[in-house]
Order: sequence, then structure tokens, then C-alpha cells
Amino acid sequence: MDDAGVVIVGAGHAGDAAAAHLRQYGYKGKVTLLGAEPFVPYHRPPLSKAWLKGAATEAELALRAADFHTKQDIGLRLGATVTSIDRTARRVVLAGGESLPYGHLILATGARARELPVPGGGLAHALRTRADADRLRLALGPGKRLVLVGGGYIGLEIAASARALGAHVTVLEREARLLPRVASAALADFFLAHHRAEGVEIRLGVTPEAVLAEGARLADGEVLAADAMLAGIGAVPNTEPAAAAGLDCSDGVVVDSAARTSDPAIFAIGDCTYRPVPAYGTRLRLESVPSALEQARQAASAIAGRKVPAADVPWFWSDQYDIRLQIAGLLLDVADTVVRGDVTAGSFALFHLRADGSMAAVEAMNAPESFAAGRMLIARHTLLDREKLADPAVPLRDVGA
Amino acid sequence: MPNVTYIEHNGTAHAVDVPVGTSVMQGAVDNNIPGIDADCGGECACATCHVYIEPEWEALVGKPAEGGMEASMLSFAAATQENSRLSCQIEMRAELDGLVVRMPDGQH
Repeated sequence: MDDAGVVIVGAGHAGDAAAAHLRQYGYKGKVTLLGAEPFVPYHRPPLSKAWLKGAATEAELALRAADFHTKQDIGLRLGATVTSIDRTARRVVLAGGESLPYGHLILATGARARELPVPGGGLAHALRTRADADRLRLALGPGKRLVLVGGGYIGLEIAASARALGAHVTVLEREARLLPRVASAALADFFLAHHRAEGVEIRLGVTPEAVLAEGARLADGEVLAADAMLAGIGAVPNTEPAAAAGLDCSDGVVVDSAARTSDPAIFAIGDCTYRPVPAYGTRLRLESVPSALEQARQAASAIAGRKVPAADVPWFWSDQYDIRLQIAGLLLDVADTVVRGDVTAGSFALFHLRADGSMAAVEAMNAPESFAAGRMLIARHTLLDREKLADPAVPLRDVGA
Repeated sequence: MPNVTYIEHNGTAHAVDVPVGTSVMQGAVDNNIPGIDADCGGECACATCHVYIEPEWEALVGKPAEGGMEASMLSFAAATQENSRLSCQIEMRAELDGLVVRMPDGQH
């Protein structure tokens, strides 16, 4: 074991979990966890939901008890930003000039919100951090007008929370449907109807030409008055220090199935990575907490000399109003879709099958059993009988072909 | 403060204090106990905080509500038993002082 220990850059879900797992796995060296934000590691999913609505306490938002990092001998440093990596000397340089040696380096630098590429785009809120959420919260309340650009998960979760706070909400989505690229068309249709029923105005095929102090200017000249605007149009991985240090980067820091970068002493985990998804024979940036935690376990295992766990089926969740959406798998090579349950009652699953009858993905709306079953059926590559799958009277244990 | 003993699949036991009102899952997370991954952070969305309740505690801890979220998530989790629970759904109370839970072989 080398004396320099492990330095983890980024104290989000991924970085915090990597530090914790190193200790769980018996790593005895020094562990330093550098967080750019002034807060102890916290849950990000509630930022668009319970935290935005003022329904979560600071202690609930924190990932761990206040004394956790001290008790685990993890050197947590907040407000610490890494500006460069010296791979030859194995040191990271912090803003301010201080440098720290590392034996292994874990990059958990996350992603930042993509700025709206129009004049005034920087005036729109974004939601990635607690500070972002706190700023947005001040702009919301009864009668306030919120314009959301981007009908993805962040935008729709904020729309639901803003409605709960009594705000008027308009969603502008550039594409002809909600949730482009991240959900099936059938699921997007369901959310469109549900949000409209909750009083959200949704305009499809519309994107602002400019952000003004008073609102959004559209292509036809109409100005949509807003007390606040938010852009939820995707994220940009924070690859700068990695790329400048010559690590392979694509749409993220390129890692293998042990979360190792092109430098064997450096790992990268979480939203900043471009990772393999072996079950789908592909690589992508998988922005999700489960992926971040999975990669944290991979990196910590590799560094602690344990067997690196195999990758799970990717999965995601989103809460909007009284809807719990759970997704497992990826919408790749989908040949047809089987609906199980009652769409109008809002409790159903969309099982997306490949041509061979195996399942590529499940989207479950208030249908946790279908999610749990789907995740297992995907992992096992079970060949399925479409009629049985569509029939709620047939137990999900008996839907094999 | 009530005490909970978490026993890993390999038999290693961890006895820790868990404050009343905190979930049995959060007690494990706050003490870095191996074997409870809690990927969703206690939202009952993932089933990676699965534990077995020791028989003498089963009655007091109770069962998941039939047809509810927890029962559904457990229905396809790996290695479930009659005494399986998701520890994010068990809130610590004074009378659970001394609770013993065991971990399955893996959560994934």
C-alpha cells in the first residue's frame, strides 16, 4: 500500500460512496474527499422534489450523520476545487495553489447544467446543486409564473413541485414530445396528459429565442412573462481536469468496467463518466444515482484489491405528483411494447421487448412489482410470452415463453 | 438510544445506536455497515437495503403492508424469506432496542 492514499475529487453521491466503500472494504490508507460545494455530501434527487417544496430538513438531505466522515477517518474538505492533475508527480492541484499527493485518484466531478444557447440564456435558473435549488425556491410561490425550458425529468419534476407550491408553470419543449431520448413515446404521452391535468401548460416544438428579464421571447415574437425561468436541457460532464491531463475523454471521462480511466492510477465515477453498459453492448453517460453508486463500488473494490462487482441492469426513478416512475434497462433494439395494467388509472407498466422476445426495458408507473419483475427478467434475458405479459391475471413469475 | 445489531452474511456482527425516528437503513448507512447499499436513499424504490428480521423480533417489527410498495419491491428481490423486510421502511422506536437483523448474501 502506498502512503499517499486515495484522493477523491467530488463529494456527491459517487465520491461519498467511494470513500465509504474503501473503508468498508478494509482500505487502511489515507482517504481524502474533496467537495467543491460548501455543504457536507447530500442527496441530490430531493432537490427538485421534497427540498424544493420545503418538505425536507437539512439533516434529511445529508447523505450521512454529521460525524460520519470523522468516525470513518475520511478527510472531508469542503470548498476545495481541483484545477489540474499532475499525473507524472501524482498530485492534484487545488484552486489557491495547494497540491496533494495521491496513490490512487478518483474523479467524481459530476456534470453541470447545460446553458440555454440563446441570448440571455445565462439568466435562466438551473438545477444541479443545493444552492441552485435554494435560489429557485425563493422565486416560487403562489401565483408566481415559472417557465421551464426542457421537458425532461428535471423539468417535469420541478413542474410538479412548483404546482404544489401554487405557481403557474409553462413547459417549453423543443421536440414534438416530452422526455425525448429518455422515455418511450407512450410514457411521454402519459406524462403530457397528467401534467396538463395538473394545470401545467405544455408547449411542444417550442423553444425560446431569447431570455429577457421579463420572460422568454419565442420565435413568433411573443414574450412569455415569467417571474423565473429554468433551463433543464441536459448536462455537460465536468471533464476539464481529466482532459487537460491527457486522459481519454469522449462524452465524459472514458472508463472501463472497473471505473478505471486510461491511466491505471486514476478512476472516474458518476455523472462525469462515459461508461460501458455490458448488458447492452454499448457505452454512454448514464446520469443516475444507481450508476454513480455502482461505479463507486467498482473503483473502491479495485483499489482495495477486491473482486470488482459485475454491472447491474441500469435503473432510474422519478417522483411527480402522486406518480412513482421506475425504469429498468435501456430503450435499445426495441421491437415492440407490451402494456400491462390500467393506463387510465395511472397504474401500469410498459414492457419493451426485443425481436427475440427478451426484455430491453420496463417503464413502470405506480407499478413497483412490474418494475421489480422487469429488472429481474432483463438481467436473466428471459424470453417472454407477450400475451401472458399483457394479462394482469397471469402472475409475473409465469410470463416466460 | 436504542441499539441495533446488523449481522453480515459472513457472520460479522455490528452493534450500533440508532436514534428513534431514524430508519434501520439509515442506521446502517450512518455507521458504514457493509451489506446495506441503500441505492435509492430510503425511497423504497430499489430493494438494496433488504434484511432478515430475527425471529424473536418479527412480531414487533411487523410485516410489509400487503400489496404495498415494499411488498412489491421485495417480491422479486434476490433471496427473500418469510422474514424479509426493506430496512428503509422500519423506523426505529424505543421498543425496538436490541433489534437484530441479518443481511442477505448480496443486494444486487
